[in-house]
Amino acid sequence: MNNSPYFLKPASVRFVMLRVLLALTPAIAIYVWFFGAAILVQISLASVTALLAEAGMLKLRGKPVMMFLGDGSALVTAWLIALTFPPIAPWWLTVVGVLMAIVIAKHLYGGLGQNPFNPAMVAFAMMIVAYPSLMSQWPAVGFTDFLPQWNAIFGARQLDAITMATPLDALRTALHTADARATVAGVLGSSASFGNIGGKGWEWVAAGYFLGGIYLLQQRIITWHMPAAFLATLLVISGGFALYDPTRFVGPSFHLFTGGAMLGAFFIVTDPVSGCTTPRGKLIFAAGIGLLTWVIRSFGAYPDGIAFAVLLMNIAAPLIDINTQPPVFGHKRRGGDPQ
Amino acid sequence: MIAQLFRFKGGIKPNSHKDESTTQPIKLAPLPPRLVVPLRQSARAMARCIVEPGQDVLKGQVIAVAEGPLCTAVHAPTSGTVRAIEPQPIPHPSGLPAPSVVIEPDGEERWVERFPFDIATATPQQARDYLRDCGIVGLGGAGFPSHVKLGPGEKGIQTLILNGAECEPWITCDDRLMRERAAQILAGAAMMRHITGARRILVGIEDNKPQAIEAMRQAARELGEKEIGVVAVPTRYPAGGEKQLIRVLTGIEIPYGKLGTHFGVQCFNVGSAHAVYRAIAHGEPLVSRIVTLSGNFERPGNFEVAIGTPIRDLLPLAVPRADTNRYIMGGPMMGVGLQSLDVPVIKATNCVLAGSPTLFPAPPPEMPCIRCGECAKACPAELQPFELYWYSRAKIFGKAQEYSLFDCIECGCCSYVCPSRIPLVDYFRFAKAEIWAREKEKAAADTARERYEFRLAREEREKQEKAAKLAAKTAAGREKAAAALAEAQKPARTPEEEAKHALIAAALERAKAQKEQAHPENVSDLTPEQQAEITAIEARRAEIREQAKPHLRQDD
Repeated sequence: MNNSPYFLKPASVRFVMLRVLLALTPAIAIYVWFFGAAILVQISLASVTALLAEAGMLKLRGKPVMMFLGDGSALVTAWLIALTFPPIAPWWLTVVGVLMAIVIAKHLYGGLGQNPFNPAMVAFAMMIVAYPSLMSQWPAVGFTDFLPQWNAIFGARQLDAITMATPLDALRTALHTADARATVAGVLGSSASFGNIGGKGWEWVAAGYFLGGIYLLQQRIITWHMPAAFLATLLVISGGFALYDPTRFVGPSFHLFTGGAMLGAFFIVTDPVSGCTTPRGKLIFAAGIGLLTWVIRSFGAYPDGIAFAVLLMNIAAPLIDINTQPPVFGHKRRGGDPQ
Repeated sequence: MIAQLFRFKGGIKPNSHKDESTTQPIKLAPLPPRLVVPLRQSARAMARCIVEPGQDVLKGQVIAVAEGPLCTAVHAPTSGTVRAIEPQPIPHPSGLPAPSVVIEPDGEERWVERFPFDIATATPQQARDYLRDCGIVGLGGAGFPSHVKLGPGEKGIQTLILNGAECEPWITCDDRLMRERAAQILAGAAMMRHITGARRILVGIEDNKPQAIEAMRQAARELGEKEIGVVAVPTRYPAGGEKQLIRVLTGIEIPYGKLGTHFGVQCFNVGSAHAVYRAIAHGEPLVSRIVTLSGNFERPGNFEVAIGTPIRDLLPLAVPRADTNRYIMGGPMMGVGLQSLDVPVIKATNCVLAGSPTLFPAPPPEMPCIRCGECAKACPAELQPFELYWYSRAKIFGKAQEYSLFDCIECGCCSYVCPSRIPLVDYFRFAKAEIWAREKEKAAADTARERYEFRLAREEREKQEKAAKLAAKTAAGREKAAAALAEAQKPARTPEEEAKHALIAAALERAKAQKEQAHPENVSDLTPEQQAEITAIEARRAEIREQAKPHLRQDD
């Protein structure tokens, strides 16, 4: 006999995770449209690896395998890794990344709900440190043929024809080398595939993430605090610096729609386990990620800074939470005295 | 009267299941063969029984009088014969029995003489005493004595709130009561306003009860009073929580540890107002109440039930379905699972809910917390339940208290929404109980320690006093010795003196011998066995004394 309450809302971790996966599908469809089916191969690869690793770890830890395998959290991690890695990365890069995330970042820290760091971002950060060149080979727009992509993933890698530098990468390389004549406009104008906003095709993928994010908001799986604070911070700071020196600093529309900004805003920053939970804490946490992302993108050694920014703020999350506890019912007035 | 409504944060909107039991009017439940009327009303209140087994009682006759500030009188729910006064199971989570009066009804329902109470000439204190002696307690579920709540408190009461929100799913006893007896409820409320000196009355009713709202508004119009407002409040559990309803109607938030009277408001259930009316206008003590039978019943409905009716005798009225596997007293969110159907209906019994595996499925296995924050969004006390959960689970109770554990009203919203199906409220109940137990233990240990320290100090003081006395004596002895020496150095004694001394010495010798012979008689001539036994007893006594030393009071 259990105690009250005796009836519960039909909700489950699995249902939450499935809706997160559903929210990712518009962006994936757009991704396939612009960059070919390679991303589907990567997602499948990551999913299978994640489920196997999850099952193995659960068995080693003596946990009920089927119950936890069904919660879908490993699949979310796998999909996020596949979506942040280059779609034409060799298969083992994805597999090792997923193993890093599931085995080390998740289960060695205690499994579901216990990980202090976002597993997908741990995978991304480790792999970009270990294999910077492989993690920077992105497909050029228009090369959607499946066979060369398949070969790139599983076989002989003849990449020159199908890869290109991402706009973020190109900007960083140009602006941070000694070439004093490089300007934002010059770099972005140098290639037709850099697009108007954040990179041809990528803008639309970002729009897909945005759409999925709106769905998550509507489903009340995430709150507005984190995406809003993250995007607003990125917008304000990049806008400010772009006004100050438009030749050296790229504007907000680029920052918001390139790289992993939209994916980060709605799917990564919002990870509840490793992030802040109080309303004010969420704002500070996400704003911190926005700030660090811009700093790393503008001055750092890596093209996109979201992964590092997220990991750094993950460390600060408990401290932020402790110091932003909202007042409880009836204690809002100073001292809680009757008026 | 147009009232501005306020919002309380959190809350949930479960399926209300109200319609199942509201179609039929309130029916009178038949008398059972045996009524069990508990004398214990709360942890701190037990009425003193004044009847004896075998005694005949009339309906409404006092069978136990109030003792202590939180106690109310207990009355015979019908006429009949007292069969026993003995411990019986009562509806309480502990499942422990409580002293109860068992009455066998004679079926005649003969009332005691009833006199209306003249509230116009009585002082508020007299009115409160009268309500105490009529056994009026809150009928919303907590059963707190109404006369205590009607007291003036620190600041007096300006606003009287009637709680007709009835936010728990399935329960409809207040709904039906408001539909059928609205005028009596408002008359009772007006009496309570008179006693408290309050200015206005606000009736809060969830807007999923349009007929009840209309009935109450109609009654208010007929009363022709401007200071009675019937307010439809948004349907959102727990809008009927006292603090939540006060917040919605007045904007005042009452923190943990404070009472409504600190803020000039007081809140009563509509059923309590009705009971006040019956007591004052008709001289009827509280001997029955409306009980909803709903859930897994064939014919759910509301029944007027004599207090003390065993639940078992009530069930056939609504016909439980075949797959019923449990009964809950109260609603599904905060109710108490019944461990026995022999427990009686008490004054706080608003609902008996039948459950089945399909209606209330066993909760799925608990998953780890993913800190999604659903519980914090749903918490009407604006707590962070998942933080409380970590600390309760880890038994870091100090931290749990820092995160305002005791502000938790155990409404169950957090457990209801948790996607990991964590029974959060159970963790909080556990933490609270542990903290209470530890505080009690600590208080007991503190008392024991204080007593022990006092004893040590006393022993030390006595030792010193003794030593001081001894020292004084020794000093005196020395002086005496010196005097004796001086005496000895005087010329030798005369023969007369010598003889006298010898006499004295002989007398002393005799006395000494006598003393040695004077044994206690019962220990002389003992067998060796008896002697051994005495020795053993003496040894045990010494041991016990040794063990009891730290516990002995200072005057032992």
